[in-house]
Amino acid sequence: MSKDHIDEVTGIETTGHEWDGIRELNNPLPRWWVWTFYATIVWSIGYVIAYPAWPLISTATTGVLGYSSRQDVRAELDAAEAAKGGYVEAVSGKDVADILADEQLRLFAVSAGAAAFKVNCVQCHGSGAQGSAGYPNLNDDEWLWGGSVEQIRLTIAHGIRFAGDDETRFSEMPAFDYLEASQITDAANYVVSLSGGAADGAAAERGQTVYAENCAACHGDGGKGMADLGAPDLTDAIWLYGSTVADIASQMRAPKHGVMPAWGERLGDVTVKELAVYVHSLGGGE
Amino acid sequence: MRHGTAIAGIGVMTFLALIAAAFARDAQFAAHMWVLFFVLLGSAVVLLRNTSFSPAVPAVDERSDYMDGPIRYGSIATLFWGIAGFLVGVVVALQLAFPDLNVEPWLSFGRLRPVHTSAVVFAFGGNALIATSFYVVQRTCRARLFGGDLAWFVFWGYQLFIVMAATGYLLGITQSREYAEPEWYVDLWLTVVWVAYLVVFLGTIFKRKEPHIYVANWFYLSFIVTIAMLHVVNNLAIPVSVFGSKSYSAFAGVQDALTQWWYGHNAVGFFLTAGFLGMMYYFVPKQVNRPVYSYRLSIIHFWALIFLYIWAGPHHLHYTALPDWAQTLGMVFSIMLWMPSWGGMINGLMTLSGAWDKLRTDPVLRLMVLAIAFYGMSTFEGPMMSIKAVNSLSHYTDWTIGHVHSGALGWVGMISFAAVYYMVPKLWYRERLYSLRLVTWHFWLATLGIVVYAAVMWVSGIQQGLMWREYDDQGFLVYSFAESVAAMFPYYVVRAMGGALYLAGALVMVWNITMTILGRQREEAPIGGAVPALQPAE
Repeated sequence: MSKDHIDEVTGIETTGHEWDGIRELNNPLPRWWVWTFYATIVWSIGYVIAYPAWPLISTATTGVLGYSSRQDVRAELDAAEAAKGGYVEAVSGKDVADILADEQLRLFAVSAGAAAFKVNCVQCHGSGAQGSAGYPNLNDDEWLWGGSVEQIRLTIAHGIRFAGDDETRFSEMPAFDYLEASQITDAANYVVSLSGGAADGAAAERGQTVYAENCAACHGDGGKGMADLGAPDLTDAIWLYGSTVADIASQMRAPKHGVMPAWGERLGDVTVKELAVYVHSLGGGE
Repeated sequence: MRHGTAIAGIGVMTFLALIAAAFARDAQFAAHMWVLFFVLLGSAVVLLRNTSFSPAVPAVDERSDYMDGPIRYGSIATLFWGIAGFLVGVVVALQLAFPDLNVEPWLSFGRLRPVHTSAVVFAFGGNALIATSFYVVQRTCRARLFGGDLAWFVFWGYQLFIVMAATGYLLGITQSREYAEPEWYVDLWLTVVWVAYLVVFLGTIFKRKEPHIYVANWFYLSFIVTIAMLHVVNNLAIPVSVFGSKSYSAFAGVQDALTQWWYGHNAVGFFLTAGFLGMMYYFVPKQVNRPVYSYRLSIIHFWALIFLYIWAGPHHLHYTALPDWAQTLGMVFSIMLWMPSWGGMINGLMTLSGAWDKLRTDPVLRLMVLAIAFYGMSTFEGPMMSIKAVNSLSHYTDWTIGHVHSGALGWVGMISFAAVYYMVPKLWYRERLYSLRLVTWHFWLATLGIVVYAAVMWVSGIQQGLMWREYDDQGFLVYSFAESVAAMFPYYVVRAMGGALYLAGALVMVWNITMTILGRQREEAPIGGAVPALQPAE
């Protein structure tokens, strides 16, 4: 290549070629560039000696440090296990009621349960366990199936109306669609009046009879509900499917029935106990 | 007969699309074939209305010996798909911040996201690459494009690929391979178009009148050849039926994952890096009117780049089922890639030596320099993120999204904008752009948009990574995944604003380019700054 062309501005020779007016200076490679490139290569050679790198016929070089990501994970899991310092075995060996009695163990179970709750429960019950329409709030003291820590554990382990578990909590409020529309409205007014809500006084009075004949069997004469049947207390301000006359009337005509999965098999005994202790600790545990 | 071959070809394809729609084995394939049928039918009608039976007179443009028609169309297509891609990007960004904006099923995030990525990478970037490569190869070889109307086939065939890919996504047709979502029949079509592209490009190089092949063409050629290889291998699949949309990959398990990221990483390496370096190597020296800084550097960094890039894919699979040895190799090849990548940055920036003052007066050059700066930054960030310790924090977080966008918006977008600003006045024989001040507006809107976008994604990505790995003393997770999602809300809103700024800049460009094509010149004061004469070296 001809070397006789010199760039006027820099005084550096070009390679002599020209493409559509573009020339190329014949500058050397920047030294810092070359040395940094060499340094990355040297570092890489060192790294492949130290760590598993080269594939062989049926295995690969293991590296002089003997590193393996599977061992690494194993070690981290073991360390995490060790940090739990025997508490897990203690939880495994005790009933939930006994866990409550041991303050140290209870505190451990609450943090463990909180972590498990974040992964498995927040999707329905909310990250603050506050629930939403159709999903119960777990912070209050109304419990559809009982609020003792053992009752909570049973609910978590076997779920509610969950087809895959023989011991699941099961109840189904019948649809009272055979009642007259006016009877349903009256009964709904009566139910609203139980918790001091905005109800039509005359309708509520008429509804008392309808209630006594149709509803009291499960919800009780005073509307206090029955945890054994999963029948909610109607006298407080806590409502799963809405608190207005219309909401309640609609629930009487065509009741909605929520389903909660059984977590016992999926999460295991220890985690379910921890979850029960955590949920029990939220404020409303009995 | 004018357009005779094209009309016959499209006619046959239209008929085949109709047959495929009639015999379709699934509803999505049927819908997709109807889309194809109507697109082809429309094209055939347009061609028939423009045909004539007078004896063929070869169209001769006395102003240029080069075949610039497909490049003109390609410049417009670049802007059209750019706007479409940026707009969908802003929409999906808003969907992440406000999930109610998901319109099921066609406009849900899952379907719109590949529309965004394919539109910006393949439609915007791809059209920019095809158009500029045709422009550059002709001028640096002093030869008209090889193959006659084959270049037109490449242009229109590629647009058909884009339309079929995008409508397929909206219909829910996908291979679920990132950046390779189109199903088997669209992949086959792209293969045909791509081979035609290779033939046009190589043919032009073979008949060149220059003794040597200019460096820009090495990069373009490596891009075309490697993309062909990546596309074919990664998309090897067995269709369930020739009349069905579903296919199954030839690979399974971790081999499948590695093939996919060998493809995915080198789509970045050869599409978004090598191709656009080709663009840089022509348009920067032309715009600044200075020689390329170092011929030797261009050779060394070219060969080092293409040799090292192809091995770096496994760094996308750190801490997965991929064996440790493959992870190690993916990482060290990524580290060694740092300097070869920076060779392009040095050659681009140092080409300005002796003419840095032009930055004050030339906003197009400013776009180029900013593009090179972002190229340098993201090719440092990439090797850094491939280090396993860094990757364990950054992987699966928004940091990756920020990294990709500083490369895509900063490097790919800005260098393409600059190339189109450079080419359009020449392609339409205009004295100058409609307005240089509007280019300055575009520059600042886009720059602000990128900075906002990248900065916000760094913060949100690192916060995400830290939240996910936060354990308490007893080894329990402190945050739920949903809590980390909720914490992202403010960042996602600001990110969408960054994207909107970038889109606004591109809209200013569309206005400027439209007026330039129409032959208008805005009366405006020239951009200030003293212009000292070039000084000879001491």
